[in-house]
Amino acid sequence: MPAEENIIKQLKEKFSIADDKIKTTRQRRIFLEVEAGDFRKVFDFALKQLKFVKLCAITGLDENEKLAVLYHLAQDEGVILNIKISVPKEKPVIKTITDKFSVADAYERELVDLFGIDVEGLKPGFRYPLPDGWPAGQYPLRKDWKPEVKNGK
Amino acid sequence: MENKDKFRIPIGPQHPALKEPEGFSVALKGEKIMGVDIRLGYNHRGIEKACEERPYIQDVYLIERVCGICSHSHSTCFVQAVEEIAGLQLPKRASYIRTLIAELERVHSHLLWLGVAGHEIGFDTLLMYTWRDREIVMDILAMLTGNRVNYGVNVIGGVKRDITPSQIQDVLKGMDLLEERTKYYIDLAMREETIIKRLSGVGVLSHEEALSLGAVGPTARASGVARDTRRDDPYAAYAEVSFNVITDNHNDVYGRTVVRLKELMESYKIIRQLLKNIPDGPLSVKAPRNIPAGEAISRYEAPRGEDVHYVKSNGTEMPERVKVRAPTLANVQAVKQMLKDRYLADMPIVIAAIDPCFSCTDRMVTVQNFDTGNHETISWDTLRVYGINWHKDRGVDFSNVTK
Repeated sequence: MPAEENIIKQLKEKFSIADDKIKTTRQRRIFLEVEAGDFRKVFDFALKQLKFVKLCAITGLDENEKLAVLYHLAQDEGVILNIKISVPKEKPVIKTITDKFSVADAYERELVDLFGIDVEGLKPGFRYPLPDGWPAGQYPLRKDWKPEVKNGK
Repeated sequence: MENKDKFRIPIGPQHPALKEPEGFSVALKGEKIMGVDIRLGYNHRGIEKACEERPYIQDVYLIERVCGICSHSHSTCFVQAVEEIAGLQLPKRASYIRTLIAELERVHSHLLWLGVAGHEIGFDTLLMYTWRDREIVMDILAMLTGNRVNYGVNVIGGVKRDITPSQIQDVLKGMDLLEERTKYYIDLAMREETIIKRLSGVGVLSHEEALSLGAVGPTARASGVARDTRRDDPYAAYAEVSFNVITDNHNDVYGRTVVRLKELMESYKIIRQLLKNIPDGPLSVKAPRNIPAGEAISRYEAPRGEDVHYVKSNGTEMPERVKVRAPTLANVQAVKQMLKDRYLADMPIVIAAIDPCFSCTDRMVTVQNFDTGNHETISWDTLRVYGINWHKDRGVDFSNVTK
């Protein structure tokens, strides 16, 4: 059985995942969508049992009413598991994963600055990547945010 | 913030010793570093947002300019994701040319790094030697692509430029020369006391720390982490060439030097295989203007480590979302660890050892003639001759180096 199918099988056995919530787009790529509340369970299982030992990146997405967060995890063998969760735009809160991957610090600060997602458990520190004087409530990667046009250019 | 009660000195964001803006807040006890807080983001240009507001075709150009040194890394990583969504099958010849430029880019980047490392430890002869040799690969890149950096080789669905048989011969000649030089540098690294003593035990990152802190590229491989995207998640033509993933167990700056030097030898090996086996055929397939809705994540082993691009499309000619994670961001946590309990004087070489992205120079200089007020353009060759003559007038003998 190919590695991706085996991973999907194990995930489905452990958690109740609907068929349309998990898919492979090509060799070594799995996309999975879970409820925000179930994320940590799935995440821990992927780390410990499925050996997704590496965090490649975290991507924020603006999906109109909701904000989504995509965790890109990789095995040493090259398979990438992309776990997606959604949070409401009015109250976007997620929990940090810096306890497992300290490298996530910068990625989660990006979510804070660019999407206005509140990351619970993130240690205090410098913001990233926007400047210190950046106005509050301005989240550049949200779709309704447009850069200010200066001098008509 | 950690280490609040220690004596702190700020280095950066604007500082004469830094090549790029970045802020280090260093907590010191005497000359010992107790901890470092790093503030990044001064180079944030909003490229991800800008990508969402431009068609894919323009984004290729924009993405190529994320970085001066790794320009091909970023553009390849991006087009790979778009091609995957659009279901485009890259012609074989195109994937070979992409891989060729990728390895030439690694050669230029690693040689550049070796020079910078030499400079940071006061061994400027090494800087002069390596940067002279680096010109060989820069000339090859300029010959193949027309540019020293920002090669503009990639298009969605293939490459723009072909390689001729005579160019192949020129590249092979260059590789022979560089291989000879690299053997000399490896010998130097193995035997030269200055290098061994200055770099050993500096910027230590244990194997476990490299794993837990998520280090990438030569930084991780010098701590015995055998991760290389080219082998683990093969792209372009890497599945069709044989090469070794170089690791080292010194866990310090010395190890990172050894890894990069040995990787140069692997690059020459890859380049020779590519040129020997490059198939005939078209350079690209036609890409649709509107990319169907979908998403893809693409990885690429840039000279500094794993580069990650995520692209989401919505069926229009502009992407819904483009996410770029460059390797240096993944190595920042490792740098904090490397500096802890070390001397302040080691900071420049430890930071340089992860090879954070520095800028590369342009090939053309515009000068204003103050007498006439005219602007003139000096070509690279003229500038080179001018430089040599300038030094000759001052008594420097060039007969041994200008062959």
